[in-house]
Amino acid sequence: MKIKAVSYPYVAWALLFIAIPLGLIVYFAFTDTAGSFTVDNIIQAGRYSNVLMKSIWLSAISTAICLVMGYPIAYYMSRSSAMVSGTILLLIMLPMWMNFLLRTYGWMSILENNGIINQIFGVFGLGPFEMINTQGAVVLGMVYNYIPFMILPLNSVMTKIGKDVIEAAQDLGASPARVLSEVVLPLSLPGIKTGIIMVFVPAVSTFIISQMLGGGGNQLIGDIIELQFLGNAYNPNLGSAISLVLMLLVMLIMSVSGFLNDDDLEEKLL
Amino acid sequence: MKTFAKTYLGVFMAFLYAPIFVLIIFSFNESKGRTFTGFTWKWYSALFHDAAIMDALLTTLIVAITASVFATVMGTAAAVGLNRMEGKFRSGIMGLTYLPILNPEIITGVSFMLLFVVAKNALNSVGVPFQFGWATLIIAHITFNVPYVILNVLPKLRQMDGSLVDAAMDLGCSHWQAFYKVVIHEIRPGIVSGFLMALTFSLDDFVVSYFTTGAKHQTLSVLIYAMTKKRVSPKINAISTLLFVVVLIVLIAVNLVERRNINRNRQAVRDRKKEED
Amino acid sequence: MNDIIISLQGISAEYDGEKVIDKLNLDIRDHEFVTFLGPSGCGKTTTLRIIGGFVEPTEGDVFFEGKKITDVPAFKRNINTVFQRYALFPHLNVYDNIAFGLKLKKVPKEHIKIQVEEMLKLVNLEGYEMRKINQLSGGQQQRVAIARALINKPKVLLLDEPLGALDLKLRKEMQMELKRIQQALGITFIYVTHDQEEALTMSDRVLVMRKGKILQSGSPEDIYNEPVNAFVADFIGESNIIGGVMLDDYLVEFAGVKFECEDSGFSRMEAVDVVIRPEDFRMVSVDEGQIIGKVESVIFKGVHFEIIVEGHGLQWMIHSTQSREVGDMIGMTLTPNDIHVMRKMEGRR
Repeated sequence: MKIKAVSYPYVAWALLFIAIPLGLIVYFAFTDTAGSFTVDNIIQAGRYSNVLMKSIWLSAISTAICLVMGYPIAYYMSRSSAMVSGTILLLIMLPMWMNFLLRTYGWMSILENNGIINQIFGVFGLGPFEMINTQGAVVLGMVYNYIPFMILPLNSVMTKIGKDVIEAAQDLGASPARVLSEVVLPLSLPGIKTGIIMVFVPAVSTFIISQMLGGGGNQLIGDIIELQFLGNAYNPNLGSAISLVLMLLVMLIMSVSGFLNDDDLEEKLL
Repeated sequence: MKTFAKTYLGVFMAFLYAPIFVLIIFSFNESKGRTFTGFTWKWYSALFHDAAIMDALLTTLIVAITASVFATVMGTAAAVGLNRMEGKFRSGIMGLTYLPILNPEIITGVSFMLLFVVAKNALNSVGVPFQFGWATLIIAHITFNVPYVILNVLPKLRQMDGSLVDAAMDLGCSHWQAFYKVVIHEIRPGIVSGFLMALTFSLDDFVVSYFTTGAKHQTLSVLIYAMTKKRVSPKINAISTLLFVVVLIVLIAVNLVERRNINRNRQAVRDRKKEED
Repeated sequence: MNDIIISLQGISAEYDGEKVIDKLNLDIRDHEFVTFLGPSGCGKTTTLRIIGGFVEPTEGDVFFEGKKITDVPAFKRNINTVFQRYALFPHLNVYDNIAFGLKLKKVPKEHIKIQVEEMLKLVNLEGYEMRKINQLSGGQQQRVAIARALINKPKVLLLDEPLGALDLKLRKEMQMELKRIQQALGITFIYVTHDQEEALTMSDRVLVMRKGKILQSGSPEDIYNEPVNAFVADFIGESNIIGGVMLDDYLVEFAGVKFECEDSGFSRMEAVDVVIRPEDFRMVSVDEGQIIGKVESVIFKGVHFEIIVEGHGLQWMIHSTQSREVGDMIGMTLTPNDIHVMRKMEGRR
């Protein structure tokens, strides 16, 4: 009996529901409404290059903030007892289990013109400040939603740095700062790489956070795609072209960073 | 240094939980506005009397459970087969398997939408009724769930001592008996975590559901999205609070079970050591 | 010869496209304790797995009591295996592990109980029924693995380096134990190991394998005393292996000295390997020695001293109960009986 055969139902499923749909994106990107070949959609997609640049820019800022904010947390966890780091991990995961729409909605209540922060300022006779519907609010939303994806891989890499390695560095005369810069930082580079990709990819393609926190004036590339499929601008061909560009961008970043070639790809994705 | 670290950790946690606590507090707010005017349960009772929300909750549960059960069975079978494969065919299938995880969610969402639109046009033109609805939702959810099952089960299969299967066959098991008498026990942690992951992602999913849902039944997340567009709707606060409580209870329960298992294993190892001494 | 229980005829096998067994022929008699001995990668485990039914040979046939079983799957063969790392089922306790095979055969419960108890007694594990596998030591796991295989009353038991994971003391103990069990049950044991001492201690017959071929088959004494070539000699015990030339029947020259020997049938001036066991040298005074050299090192090994002597441009290893001082000049002599002349092996390391 061929044991391999038990995977064939999935193989068929994957071809039908993974390969073909992605093939359809390519097909629609290069055809017009009548179904004949055209590169018009790709050219039109070029009109949104400024939106794409803005998406990349805001995601890059968010990713950098996540790294700076998350690294000390991950480091602290890796140096704590299993009990403490387990509890911190749980506390970080807990909000993740709530739908991101709800979490983002919570930020709306905080940032709005009549929201919590402006009410507090109001007590001192300040404001109201315009916080929601700004690029800053979009970045905040991205950082808030995706920072766990930075901390988790960082933490798993740093936990694997043995205590003995740290102690060896101390034994050889390294100060805590030197231990961090000479030992921990270089050894945690794989985690940094994974974290950057895990934050950047969902951030650059988001379309809800920008709508909820950025208002109408801060559309990102995800919003443009959504508009072509479910919005007033209904144009799946153009939408497919933009999607194709976004997909290639993401794949390019992943392969350039070597993210896809690592042996532990499976582990990283879970 | 220590106090600095702890302060930073505290500030970070405040940042993480601020929006959630805001939601919880305002779920008990008498007025719809942003100022707390008095305590009330009324949004909760409104929630349970809202037919649309209750329908969405049911839809979400049905879709998530159906999709994750189906994905677990298909994914486990796929992993068993893939584990025996080598070469180009295997890497091709694994590549396909990674795609739904690696791709931005919105790409997965619109790709399904394209497929179902094409399928709908084709089927309707030959007189077969087909619409966006249960089928599209569940197919989409199965598809993005299966990879998580496969990625959880495959490592367990690889870690498994290959001679266990040999031993089972040596003692008289057929292939199938060897699977359900031995292999399944070895890979069960992978199957369970794969299933739970699939269930969680399914329950939580918004983007893919958004692009594949029909007009009749919506998932909770799609409904919430519609509600957030209205900006002020205190029922969302109530939903958030309930979800938070549920998640909290589940996580604490899972944690307790895990700790008990770890302790039990430690005890077993200690017993053995004592005996060897 | 109708007591042959297993017969391999012209067996070849490949692993990752590489030939690991090359047209192997072998007969194993009933009640025999046979050991495949060889370095890793010699094909010994693959041969065992072919007999067990876990590997299909690319050519050749396997016979069991005269019947061809090449295409019979593992679970239908009346042969059981003790695996290298035991392969006990972690989700089952000791009782259920041992009962596994009988339960598959739908043996009535009360019979299973009796037989499991018998087996536990055989392997000295009475009272361990309800233990979990992870609560057992390595040696105990080993015993459960043996009981689990034997309860099916196989005519042949295959053992794949079963003692490899145990420490030295336990290993010695289990060697005796296995021999006792084999004699008590009177069934055929086919044993795989890379440990020459283990092979010599336990077996009725040792098969030395290299590169998918059987180099020598014989009793432990034969293998040790009359190795067929330098590889076998080197693998079984320690040896001095020296290049030499056969001058005539019963006359060999090596290290620039002519020696009488007991070997004949070589062509004149044929290059040969000469094997001398380190314990066969006699140390004598310099003027009495056939070979003369200077003591380079002396290491105490417990029962004997290992003395390395440099002489005639070669290094000689001597095992002796007497010691010498480093730097001493000594002589060494050999009797014809101590000199084993062998044909040069092609492709020797």
